[in-house]
Amino acid sequence: MTRHMTCATQPVSPATKQMFSRILTSALFAGAAAGLIAALLQLVFVQPVLLHAELYESGELVHFGGEAVTAHPELPGMFSELTRDALSVIFTMLTYTGYALVLVALMSVAEGQGHKIDGRTGVLWGLAGFIAVHFAPGFSLAPEVPGVAAADVYARQIWWFATVAAAAVAMWLIAFGGNIISYVIAAALLVAPHLIGAPEPDVFTGPVPTEIGALFAARAFGIGLVAWVLVGAFAGYFWQSEGKRAEAAA
Amino acid sequence: MTTQTQTASAAKTGFLPVMFAVVLGLGIITLTGHVQASGLHDAAHDVRHATGFPCH
Repeated sequence: MTRHMTCATQPVSPATKQMFSRILTSALFAGAAAGLIAALLQLVFVQPVLLHAELYESGELVHFGGEAVTAHPELPGMFSELTRDALSVIFTMLTYTGYALVLVALMSVAEGQGHKIDGRTGVLWGLAGFIAVHFAPGFSLAPEVPGVAAADVYARQIWWFATVAAAAVAMWLIAFGGNIISYVIAAALLVAPHLIGAPEPDVFTGPVPTEIGALFAARAFGIGLVAWVLVGAFAGYFWQSEGKRAEAAA
Repeated sequence: MTTQTQTASAAKTGFLPVMFAVVLGLGIITLTGHVQASGLHDAAHDVRHATGFPCH
């Protein structure tokens, strides 16, 4: 007990501080850059679909009545709601910075085990991240357009976290396992959450046309893929350049 | 002995920052993507939908 307390009060070593600052700096640069690009892409490609869906969510448009409804209603123009869009930009940058922190931390572990980390290998890390965090949960809980029917949000969040955790471990095993057993475990981890099944709604109440829902899911996946490849490449690049900078300074 | 100490020291150097970064990252993602407090939910609403988080 006494020994433990002595350890806890010891000052952090310079090497630890340097390591932490390298992780933090690389992740902040990578997350902010990838998040900003992702936010702009979302505003151009996803936001109009979302706003269109909200016309049905609010009941302003109804598509299952007797009359045909135009597929091209008047939508608010780009950046017409500045506060809303600014919040989206900030939160997208924050989200990808969060992802970048985890990604860079794992990259540092992999590098410690002798694996090469740079902008090029970062692309693969980004792809793996997209599969783990976006595609794996989205395979059963498709990106939701506003107004869709869905099960209890807490149940979905638990399933989301569990699925992402399983898929992340699977990606690591596929990348670094190197033997047939790890590939089999990875496959099981990827498939299991979908065999168990995501929480589903009891009834369908979504007022949004299926065309809009499908376009929304496709666009969300597409932008997610771009953003993750970018965050992976940037994270690898900045991790490398921050390491060189620290070496030069030492 | 020396090698062991060095290895332990290198692992220790890496362990704290890695854990801290992972916890910080997961904390940010939980905050931006999952906490249901209404102010946070409204501010992050469009991002949660576009990023595929369970939103409502």
